[in-house]
Amino acid sequence: MSEAKKTPFYEKHVALEGKIVDYSGWFLPVQYSRGLVEEVHDTRKRATIFDVSHMGEVSVEGKDAETFLQKILVNDISRLKDNAIMYSPVCYPDGGVVDDILIYRISGDNFFLVVNAANTDKDYAWFQENVFGDVKLQNLSPEYAQVALQGPNSEAILQQLTDTPLGEMKNYHFLPSVNVAGVDCIVSRTGYTGEDGFEVYCKNDGASKLWDAVWEAGQKYELNPAGLGSRDVLRLEASMPLYGHELSKELTPLQARLDRFVALDKEVEFNGQAALKKQKADGMDRMLYGLEMLERGVPREGYPVKSGGQEIGWVSSGSFSPTLDKFIAMAFLDPEFADQAEEVELMIRTRSYRAKITKLPFYRRKK
Amino acid sequence: MGYNIIDGVKYTKKHEWARQEGNEAVVGLSDYAQDKLGEIVFVELPDVGTEVEAGKGSAVIESVKAVADLYAPADGTITEVNEALLDQPEVINSDPYGEGWVYKMELKNESQMDELMDKPAYEKFVVEEDEK
Repeated sequence: MSEAKKTPFYEKHVALEGKIVDYSGWFLPVQYSRGLVEEVHDTRKRATIFDVSHMGEVSVEGKDAETFLQKILVNDISRLKDNAIMYSPVCYPDGGVVDDILIYRISGDNFFLVVNAANTDKDYAWFQENVFGDVKLQNLSPEYAQVALQGPNSEAILQQLTDTPLGEMKNYHFLPSVNVAGVDCIVSRTGYTGEDGFEVYCKNDGASKLWDAVWEAGQKYELNPAGLGSRDVLRLEASMPLYGHELSKELTPLQARLDRFVALDKEVEFNGQAALKKQKADGMDRMLYGLEMLERGVPREGYPVKSGGQEIGWVSSGSFSPTLDKFIAMAFLDPEFADQAEEVELMIRTRSYRAKITKLPFYRRKK
Repeated sequence: MGYNIIDGVKYTKKHEWARQEGNEAVVGLSDYAQDKLGEIVFVELPDVGTEVEAGKGSAVIESVKAVADLYAPADGTITEVNEALLDQPEVINSDPYGEGWVYKMELKNESQMDELMDKPAYEKFVVEEDEK
């Protein structure tokens, strides 16, 4: 593997004493000096800034852009309005998942896709393989930096830097060209933490100026930086899937209970449609459940889950939850057992620990 | 980054500390190790009477992000474990050389303690580790 890349904010992380790690080819902070647990609280109670420049961006334009997207997405973008955003898994014909992405409709046949960092090249190759007609694809990932400003103080912080009235921007909506502290940005009301917040994209040359402006505007709102570690815990608390854990080539969106993002009856035939319809009709031997530890122990990815001594699945993501002060996990379990059982056994090294099955999400913010 | 490295204990290359008391040693995790691990949320302690071997796993310390083995600093037998850590593992973060001790062990061969690093040697070792 080649040397990891630095995002335009690398120097900011070093100055803020971030603990830098190589995360799927990018040097990024796993946490800063306040520590992961405090970063979770900071995000839920105040505001945090994350460098998410590693995310990939792809532009899709042209007369056939919508039809092309309808063919590769499992969600239905026909009802997606300009300046609105939709979440969708992208499936292989067998229903396994290529990636889960965000689709921004800039206007008409002009779309902006945001894809997972580690999947960017794979996705782009997949798009190229499936493309047809009048569609222009561009991988813009190398040109874009992105910060996520998350938490209840986010709007107040960002509003200081722009004349655009952010209060009017609804969840999962965006504006493609917003002047933020003199930098031309895409601003969307989205995030991966379960809190209110914004994701702000700009070209690399404006990145440093954007970060400094947000940082300064955030000082009176107790803005703190947060890293990949807390981001992962925050998304687990909010029970948002992470590719490679809750979604993969071997796991379908239905198994991950993303039914509301799967338009099975979409008019345009799409990759995975037949397989997903069949799976829905036949039932599944593994589906996603929430687990809460009844004994102290940290559930982690890959740990086996048993019921009455029989293995019924595995943990896909697990952690201590600072917000709930509990140990929580998402796990793929056999519904035949899991739907009957209130308690299961989670195997940690050589011992089994009791856990109860709970509803997802673990955490939902009060609106 | 400054780490608290104290006198009066010996250190292993895996960042355990051991303080000899007669033919026993009190064992814990160094300040460097607790800082690298981050917020500790779980500790798995050995049973009293367990025989441990120098350099082999003897307890498990887990932070939010990571699982770490605590390796025995020497050969011997566990004589006491710090059960307070079961409910308050974070004490290892706040007081690694004091209330955050993990277990006591009877030393099979006291001379093994001489092979561990003293404060100046460990200070040098930690600087090298950070440069890696």
